[in-house]
Amino acid sequence: MIPSGVTLEEVFLAAAALFVVLAIVMFYRAVAGPTTQDRLLAVNVLGTNTVVILALLAAGLDEPRFLDVALIYALLNFLMAIAISKFTVERGGVL
Amino acid sequence: MIESIRFWAIVILVAFGLFFTFVSAIGVLRLPDVYSRAHTASQTDTLGAGLALAAVALALGWQNATVYTVLLLFFVFITNPTAAHAIARSAAETGIDPWTSDADEEGESR
Repeated sequence: MIPSGVTLEEVFLAAAALFVVLAIVMFYRAVAGPTTQDRLLAVNVLGTNTVVILALLAAGLDEPRFLDVALIYALLNFLMAIAISKFTVERGGVL
Repeated sequence: MIESIRFWAIVILVAFGLFFTFVSAIGVLRLPDVYSRAHTASQTDTLGAGLALAAVALALGWQNATVYTVLLLFFVFITNPTAAHAIARSAAETGIDPWTSDADEEGESR
C-alpha cells in the first residue's frame, strides 16, 4: 500500500538532504585529522558520498545527465586516493 | 500491487543505505586510529553507497540511465576497498603505530 501524498521523488530528495548532513559531519575528520592518511580517508569517503548524492538527485529531479557527472567523479576520486597515498610513501618517485 | 512492492523496496533500500552511511560517519568520527577508521569507512560506506545506488537503479526502471547506475555501483563496490587498502598501507609504511589498549592503560612507549 503506497502512502498517499508521498512520491518517490520526495523520498530521494529527503535522502539526498540527509546524505548532505552526514557529509558535513564527516568533514570534521578531514579538517582535524591528525595525520595525512586520516584526511585522505575522510576526503575519499566524502567523494563517495558526493557520488551517492548526485545519483539520488538524478533520480529525484529526473535528470539522467547527473549520472555522467557522478561516474567521472567516482573515477577521479579513486585516482586521487591512489595518487596521494602513493605520493606520501615515495616522495620524489614517479608520482 | 507490483507498484507498491517496488515503492517499498526502494524505500527500504534507501533507508538501509542511509543507516550504513550513518554508521560510517560515526566510525570515522569516533574510532581511535587511522586503521580502524579505514576499516569502518571502506566496509560500511561500500554497503551504504551500494544500497543507495541500487535503489536509484530500481527507481529508474528500464532505460539507458540504469546502465550508468549499475556501472557506477559496480565501480564504487570495487574501488572503495582498494582505495582504503592503499591508504592503510601508506599509513603503515610512513610509520604510524596501530592503536592498542596497552598504550591507553599504562602509557608506556612502544
